[in-house]
Amino acid sequence: MLRYALKRLISLMISLAVASVVIFAVIEVAPGDPASFMLGVNAQEDTLAALRAELGLDGSKVQRYFNWVGGMMVGDFGTSYTYRTPVSQMIADRLWVSLPLALYALTLSTVIAFPVGIYAAARRGKPGDLTVMGATQLGIAVPNFWFAMMLVLIFAINLRWFNAGGFAGWDNGFWTGVHSLTLPAIALALPQAAILARVMRSSLLDILGEDFMRTARAKGLSRRQALWRHGVRNALIPVLTIIGLQFSFLLAGSIIIEQVFYLPGLGRLVFQAISARDLIVVESVVMLLVFAVITVNFLVDLAYAAVDPRLRSRT
Amino acid sequence: MSRNLILGACLSSLVLLAALVSFVWTPYDYAALNIPGKLQPPNAEHWFGTDHFGRDMFSMIMVGARTSIAVALVAVGIGMALGVPLGLAAAARKGSWLDEVIMRGNDLIFAFPSLVIAILITAVFGAGAINAIIAIGIFNIPVFARITRGAALSLWEREFILAARVSGKGAARISVEHILPNVANLLIVQGTIQFSLGILAEAGLSYVGLGAQPPTPSWGRMLADAQTMVSFAPHLALIPGLAIIVTVLGLNLLGDGLRDWLDPRIRVARA
Amino acid sequence: MSLLQIENLSLTIHGADILKQVNLSIAPGEIVAVTGESGSGKSMTALAVMQLLPNGAQTDGAIRLNETDLLGQTEDQMCAMRGAAIGMVFQEPMTALNPVKTIGDQVMETILIHKAMPRPQARTRAEEVLTRVGLPPDRFPLSRFPHELSGGQRQRVVIAMAIALRPKLLIADEPTTALDVTTQAQILDLLKGLVTEFGMGLLMITHDLAVVADMADRIVVMRHGEVVESGATSHLLRHMQHPYTRMLFEASGHQVTLPVPGQPKPLLEVTNVVRDYRLPRKGLFDTPGHHRAVDDVSFTLNRGERLGLVGESGCGKSTLTRAILGLEEVQGGDIRLDGQPVLSGHKANLAVRRKMQVVFQDPYGSFNPRHRVARLISEPFHLLETPPTGSERQDRIAEMLTAVGLSPDDMGKYIHEFSGGQRQRIAIARALIIRPELILFDEAVSALDVSVRAQILDLLVELCEAYDLTYLFISHDLSVVRTITDRVMVMRSGQIVEDGRTDAVFSDPQHQYTKDLINAAPTLPEIGKVVA
Repeated sequence: MLRYALKRLISLMISLAVASVVIFAVIEVAPGDPASFMLGVNAQEDTLAALRAELGLDGSKVQRYFNWVGGMMVGDFGTSYTYRTPVSQMIADRLWVSLPLALYALTLSTVIAFPVGIYAAARRGKPGDLTVMGATQLGIAVPNFWFAMMLVLIFAINLRWFNAGGFAGWDNGFWTGVHSLTLPAIALALPQAAILARVMRSSLLDILGEDFMRTARAKGLSRRQALWRHGVRNALIPVLTIIGLQFSFLLAGSIIIEQVFYLPGLGRLVFQAISARDLIVVESVVMLLVFAVITVNFLVDLAYAAVDPRLRSRT
Repeated sequence: MSRNLILGACLSSLVLLAALVSFVWTPYDYAALNIPGKLQPPNAEHWFGTDHFGRDMFSMIMVGARTSIAVALVAVGIGMALGVPLGLAAAARKGSWLDEVIMRGNDLIFAFPSLVIAILITAVFGAGAINAIIAIGIFNIPVFARITRGAALSLWEREFILAARVSGKGAARISVEHILPNVANLLIVQGTIQFSLGILAEAGLSYVGLGAQPPTPSWGRMLADAQTMVSFAPHLALIPGLAIIVTVLGLNLLGDGLRDWLDPRIRVARA
Repeated sequence: MSLLQIENLSLTIHGADILKQVNLSIAPGEIVAVTGESGSGKSMTALAVMQLLPNGAQTDGAIRLNETDLLGQTEDQMCAMRGAAIGMVFQEPMTALNPVKTIGDQVMETILIHKAMPRPQARTRAEEVLTRVGLPPDRFPLSRFPHELSGGQRQRVVIAMAIALRPKLLIADEPTTALDVTTQAQILDLLKGLVTEFGMGLLMITHDLAVVADMADRIVVMRHGEVVESGATSHLLRHMQHPYTRMLFEASGHQVTLPVPGQPKPLLEVTNVVRDYRLPRKGLFDTPGHHRAVDDVSFTLNRGERLGLVGESGCGKSTLTRAILGLEEVQGGDIRLDGQPVLSGHKANLAVRRKMQVVFQDPYGSFNPRHRVARLISEPFHLLETPPTGSERQDRIAEMLTAVGLSPDDMGKYIHEFSGGQRQRIAIARALIIRPELILFDEAVSALDVSVRAQILDLLVELCEAYDLTYLFISHDLSVVRTITDRVMVMRSGQIVEDGRTDAVFSDPQHQYTKDLINAAPTLPEIGKVVA
């Protein structure tokens, strides 16, 4: 088990290293010099040089790459070109919106999808299953940001149960914060829940055809008992993969959803940075997102081993 | 043929037809402004109403279908053209360094959701429809590579492949002659699904301004414009949203239907 | 008084007739074997008793267990009986156990689900039954997972689950078909012992007539969903009434007479061949270990000779086959055909490959389902420098199809239009079409029903006469190798432990392992022949 975890951890490190090189290289090819962009066309050559030194733009590419990565490891993401404030500070503020939103949505979608998927699999071909399949088919087709707009139209504008947008902040109490994230989380979660429920269902149906399910029935387990005791845990293995993938979709989705609800999250930050050509902010946010996705997939790999003993004993 | 297949084919061809017809005919010029006639709800003259500049929504939806389909189709094409050969090569050289490099590369791309790729490209080169195509296309490569490799690996274990090797055929020739035809069904089904995901992704990207730029109409862009007016002109948001749903639903149903229809197990039972 | 009484059982699945008026009965302590070829309905009979039939099944008649009609029971009542009153053992031990649960939990589940006793006692009982089936907890703790056990050991766990509550009736559906012959003998002994010890009735489903004759008190022969004949074993073997029964027994022990081979002249020379597989590294920085699948094997196959290679699964016979075919590189030694190496450098030597072909086991997986027969059997033409074209190609294909007993009209068909036996004929046609010097038969008749197998063996003899075949016949089935080869080699753990004339090896085996193999294989009684 430890060996397996260690192996996955090394693979995580390599992925992070390669990803950081890719991101750095892409940003490097961006045309224009941030220093002259900030100071305007009439800037003096020596002022430019001073600013470049201040921003750490004067070294060789290799040196700058290692400065960037080394800085990130100790929480120093550099200085924003436009605001002249530490990027880490800007990201930290926004992260407290985006991360809770993604986790909230992930929880919602899992909590909805599991029972629905199991219910449908247990009633394969019956009206309950057909209803679920129809509803999820539709759920997959709905773009989450459009769904968000409809939620705003119904629950904020017409029913006035929620605010149409904005974030109350965590300072006004935990539940106030949760309340303002609820509509965005639902908008993100439901389409993902539709996908997850379908995967859960089909994975369970595959398991139901396995020989060991017949063995379980021959022992005297009822259909339902066999499904719960032997089916669900085996069915989780492919479902975990999808949950890992979904996390990256949820992160990306939350960036879009933040636009609908005017939430001050990473999405807003990155779009402002793009229009201001504040490349260091873009670079850092992208690296952070990629870091989150890779880490979550590492956790999924560990979860596999918890579910499947065959992985644990393999090296 | 199942109901899914027929319904899916109908919905998909409806959208495709709208996109094709828009090249030669739209009820109105999609770019023609008509400020006095703005924000009309759907009526006999403007079937889908007009937007805040008085442009005909029906014409914009038709031309928007063109954008969506073009972006998603090219993105799927990129994914297939690069992903399938990579998957075939990885399977043919299973366990070798080539397989390892291809699969680790795929894992890496999976860590970059298409939105993140689009953000990077836009930050560097500026926004445009091409970015959306590249971003979605890159993300499609590992999808096709994985599915091809997975299916090809189990085929390589089959005895008919051994028989072909005994007949002196090389890995490349076997991949083209024996493996590819037997994974084609799977690729068609996956292609349909990726196509529908591409439509959704394109809408999302153009909604946040990373996709097609004005004046090119796109469904996501229309939704972004509608956002501030949703309380007094809900049709501006409803109609492009429904257009996306119909397209994606149609393609998904088509994919599911094709999967059942092409499944050799079911076909053999029928034969 | 009978324990199980099946009366006029008929079964349809989605309207298709599966069983027609089946009658059989089992007394306590009795072993009844139901036998027949694929499609005879023997497994469905077993599933009908368990009431675990697929969706769309309609049953008619009666299945009485101690006077309770199982067909009249509700699903809840059946759940209470399954595992408690009736236990069942399945064919595939590799997949019959839940991979994510320990064997202890799975055995205890049988006990706990029926609330037969509290958990601590259930645990003790699980240890007892596992010990009884030969898995004592000191060597096989309850915390083991299925993947940590071999196929035979897993089958023992399945048996332990089935007998944990001492059911009155045990159903075993092809319990040893997936196992090696020595493991099979142990499992059959175990089942026999359990029947005597617990006084259970055993309903045994098997296609293997040797096993049937060896085990059963009574035999039921089925064909196309009907019982064609049944009776006490010794009586039935002596007085077979139905021609199908006779045909089945004859086909099982089918003997052929090979033509006399010509002057021995070496064709295939295998010298000191070693094939290692890399094992996954144990630790990140350990050097990877090796598994020696083929260990210093040498032999010569003469032109015109029919050589057998027998051994149990994992002994290295498939690996050796692939090495001879030049599909895998070897780590040591030399393989030459007609004096030339099969591999030149890392590439297969086409000039040598042209001289050999292969027929595989699986009649379903051996063909690309998307190609027509003509294209399938002409694939080896790829090896020729000037492949025949046009009418010459058509003629060669037609000639080959005729030679293997099919019609030239079949060349336009797809493979799914043929039965298993016909597919194996097509596989032989594909192997013969370039007239190779050597053919490898890799378990080529193992997946076939006995009657089809007998036909294919006859076909091989015909082809030997017509084309002077030289072949290497790889099989785990001793009875087939005994009749279809002149010489036989016995392989174990990568080594050839015995090599000699087939009749000599079988009548007077020298190596202890060969003796064990021959003793473990159940033998078909000669009685069927006497009557015929």
